[in-house]
Amino acid sequence: MATVHFTSNLRRHVDSPSVESTGGTVKAVLDGAFAANPRLKTYVLDDQGAVRKHMRVLVDGQAIVDRHNLLDSVAPHSQVWVMQALSGG
Amino acid sequence: MGKTLMVSTRKGLFEVNKSRTGWGVSKADFLGDNVTLTLRDPRDGTDYAALNHGHFGIKLHRRDRGKAKWKEITTPVYPKKPETLVDLDGWGKPVNWTTQLIWSLETGGPGQKGALWAGTMPGGLFRSRDRGTTWELMESLWRHPDRNKWLGGGADIPGIHSICVDPRDAKTVRIAVSCGGVWVTKDAGETWSQSAHGMRFDQGPPEQAANPDAQDPHMMVQSPSDPSVFWVQHHCGIWKSVNDGKTWKEVKAKPSSFGFGVVVHPHDPKTAWFVPGIKDEKRITVDGALVVTKTTDGGRTFKSLKKGLPQKHAYDLVFRHGLAIDDTGKCLAMGSTTGNVWVSENGGEAWKEVSSTLPQVYAVRWV
Repeated sequence: MATVHFTSNLRRHVDSPSVESTGGTVKAVLDGAFAANPRLKTYVLDDQGAVRKHMRVLVDGQAIVDRHNLLDSVAPHSQVWVMQALSGG
Repeated sequence: MGKTLMVSTRKGLFEVNKSRTGWGVSKADFLGDNVTLTLRDPRDGTDYAALNHGHFGIKLHRRDRGKAKWKEITTPVYPKKPETLVDLDGWGKPVNWTTQLIWSLETGGPGQKGALWAGTMPGGLFRSRDRGTTWELMESLWRHPDRNKWLGGGADIPGIHSICVDPRDAKTVRIAVSCGGVWVTKDAGETWSQSAHGMRFDQGPPEQAANPDAQDPHMMVQSPSDPSVFWVQHHCGIWKSVNDGKTWKEVKAKPSSFGFGVVVHPHDPKTAWFVPGIKDEKRITVDGALVVTKTTDGGRTFKSLKKGLPQKHAYDLVFRHGLAIDDTGKCLAMGSTTGNVWVSENGGEAWKEVSSTLPQVYAVRWV
């Protein structure tokens, strides 16, 4: 199983503990992670299911390439990190 | 406790009340978060707050009458964009079918309990029939071919900032778009038509100046006491309609006709207030002095009101939802880009500073 971790800044708005999820792609793994927590999905993905503009998803330390369809591969024991850019004032 | 002013700011939602010692902030919610707009539904006392979390997107919260706590509810969401559809805005840029700002939020008619309207960037109008629990995109407007002529003005993308539900018939709704003119439906959203004829956009090709689709109304309000009368603070001046928005005529104010907000007196269609600034790129007050302009004769003449407002090195800009009037027509409030909030209890003749230390103000509303 892959493990999905979320930026701690999300916790102020929505429960976002690290969760285990299965799937061969980022989409499948995130769908699994959001299944029990649909509100969290709206904080990470936009209306079209793409990664929000100032969010990043990393699989085993590498930023995903397909931010729209989320078809980057995920290995059985991958660590998936949902991060945010830090900017503004 | 009297009336309350809801102040939406870059770093939270503040409630302002009058006590024995004067006007002041009495409560803060969503501290640290970007609150862009609020709405009190007079039909059931529910409050709504729109937030823009930046990284995490647009959210909507609801607070039931008399309750202290807000609860996140469903945000208007665009449908899946058809993969083969090429959808470009008036600049020729692809339209991202994602809610990027809730720019207007209004209740439906008095008999439409729970009905709400929300105008968004990038230009979708949404309707809820159940207090925001679910939302539907107004597909008739979104799929109107002229929507592809809409474009961003000060923002990168177009948006709906004004929604006027006609008090004579709630099936008639008018919206104003930056930039895309004024649109009206008379059949509860089945069909829509352009209604900005007579406005003029003077910063493009001359042959396009009168094109209603090219107009940039910054804010539109409808007179509650004579609903055939509308006022618009436009990018290029002030326009007024006395025939349900069928035609518009320009009126001129000094020191400037440029600005963002406008309010109309609840009992007098000829009385309206504006907050002028220098057009265009500078967008600061004229001569560093903050004034409010007021007409009481339908725009024939304007009075410049400044008592209680800073007259030296004041560079406050009041955004389109940053000026409000109460239902008596006596109490006005405004909040500025530099975090100042003022209240007037005599129709704008004199103003009192509520705070000079709040975050940037996006919207004020009396409840």
